[in-house]
Amino acid sequence: MAFGTFHGRHGDTICRFCAGEQNPSYDVRVSALIELCNLTVELPTPAGWIRPVDDVSFTLQTGESLGLVGESGSGKSMLALALMGLLPPGAKVFGEAWLANANGGLRVNLFALTERERIAIRGRDIAMIFQEPMTALNPVMRVGAQIAEAIRAHSANLASAEVDRHVLAALERAAVPDPAMRARQYPHQLSGGLRQRVMIAMALAAGAASITNGHCEPRLLIADEPTTALDVTVQKQILELLARLRRDLGLALLFITHDLGVVAQVADRIAVTYAGRIVEEGPAREVLAHPQHPYTAGLLRASPQLVRRKLEPIPGNVPSLTALPTGCAFEPRCALRRDECTTAMPELRNAGPEHRARCILVDCVSPGAAI
Amino acid sequence: MTAPLLEARNLRKTFSAPAGTFAMGERARVIAVEGASLDLAAGETLAIVGESGSGKTTLARMLLRLIEPDSGELLIEGRDFLAARGPALRALRREMQMVFQDPFGSLDPRMRVGAIVGEPLEIHEPQLSRAQRRDRVAEILRAVGMNEDAMTRYPHEFSGGQRQRIGIARALILRPRLVVADEPVSALDVSVGAQILELLQNLQRDFALTYLLISHSLPVVAQLATRIAVMQGGRIVETGPAEQVLGTPTHPYTQSLIAAIPVMPVEP
Repeated sequence: MAFGTFHGRHGDTICRFCAGEQNPSYDVRVSALIELCNLTVELPTPAGWIRPVDDVSFTLQTGESLGLVGESGSGKSMLALALMGLLPPGAKVFGEAWLANANGGLRVNLFALTERERIAIRGRDIAMIFQEPMTALNPVMRVGAQIAEAIRAHSANLASAEVDRHVLAALERAAVPDPAMRARQYPHQLSGGLRQRVMIAMALAAGAASITNGHCEPRLLIADEPTTALDVTVQKQILELLARLRRDLGLALLFITHDLGVVAQVADRIAVTYAGRIVEEGPAREVLAHPQHPYTAGLLRASPQLVRRKLEPIPGNVPSLTALPTGCAFEPRCALRRDECTTAMPELRNAGPEHRARCILVDCVSPGAAI
Repeated sequence: MTAPLLEARNLRKTFSAPAGTFAMGERARVIAVEGASLDLAAGETLAIVGESGSGKTTLARMLLRLIEPDSGELLIEGRDFLAARGPALRALRREMQMVFQDPFGSLDPRMRVGAIVGEPLEIHEPQLSRAQRRDRVAEILRAVGMNEDAMTRYPHEFSGGQRQRIGIARALILRPRLVVADEPVSALDVSVGAQILELLQNLQRDFALTYLLISHSLPVVAQLATRIAVMQGGRIVETGPAEQVLGTPTHPYTQSLIAAIPVMPVEP
């Protein structure tokens, strides 16, 4: 697919989100920042090909926060790596990921770009932070130099005084106290919370420095379990920082987590993933208050709260991607299963105006309806 | 009144830390635990809660004498645990077993599950025949919800939750009275972690166990603990019945810990 294909014409694949959208003069400023259409990722393993991401579609608006919730093996991290173009060698990607152009031009399909075009977007338009900042940072490089490297990757002609200024500005924006001193330190000299702030500063730095095309920030930040390795009091500070950056910079956030409490705090909308597929999606409050998929409901009942109550574990284990059941992947663990659950994977069904769940027990079926 | 199962008075532990990059010159002492006192009554679940670096794991290791305290007293049912040597120490040690956080790192990948779970018997009950040992292993595997044919398989063939069950079986095979569980569910998925918490509750009832739970997670602690001790910077800053510490915390640090927990907007 060529760079900058018109919206609504994605070749043979029918994009659920774009159906009916045929207007080429379509205003990208009000459109979705990212439209992910039918993303499938396949990986070779010794036990055969697996699909850690299976036919996943969603939209993310400018400034919106989508929480991607799932347990191990649900494919949530692979999805993030696919968006970043950082999948392991040998991986196959199917589907489309349409990124809106920053200055009102044509949208681009991330998966159809050349590696060079990908590199230009990675870090400038879409940035990512990881669970364990200690392994993501270079241990033998001062953190300031690492941030400078990210800036120079996108603005090679910048004078070093300018780069230094951007480094300090980035650290300040990530609320790192005494940024000039911290920039000269090595990762091991920083606490876990400060390291994660440095990662956030680095993620935002490249976009901030490359003031081209009128926009100057990364527009999407992918955060893969950014607080899982942190203490709760530090987690709270990092979540507050991300909320402030979203507000100040209009940053869209794809927040990947296994923690329903955390997702309730950061996400406007939630997509629950299980065995590579989205099994439920909708507004965060509604999904948590009225879960429509038995897996979401089960997760909520299995999550410990501050109050002692009878936990109701979900029986069995998260299925291995090499041995998925033929029907609904959750069927072997589901208390509400019926005979037909074993025959085929259910479609996502509408459970409300913006709420969908992949379960045959959801009543109102209207495939292809606008969301 | 009988003496508590375990009684710690004023435990202190310091570690030497290298001063400067190449550890030249004087070594500074870092205080890991200072003035820690606590009682553990038979049948209760005491949770030691704290963030990383608070000294909770160091304290737990001292309570089991896996590391020696610099000073302080440690009594088991009124007897001096720190003075115990040789066979007396070994007899006390079999009464206290540990469940570890990482179900992947804590099981030897080259041993079959039967050998892993049965190994404590070889040390503490060497008089058992192979058949007797096998029966004991099968029995404890059933108690933790595993099939006894797991014995002939290797750890890598099991999921994280099943491996944690294997670790629990190994801890329980000597029928200890005290089980120290160090972050027993923090490496597991939520849906599986809840299974392990429920299992720990059931085993406590069936085997009359006393638990010492080490955790950074107050929601996890809330499910099991009867009493909670909150640690900060090597000191126990608040201790009390679980409902009281969680419901009406008095120390500012406990209050800030509780305030930092992300709450779901709705009760499921």
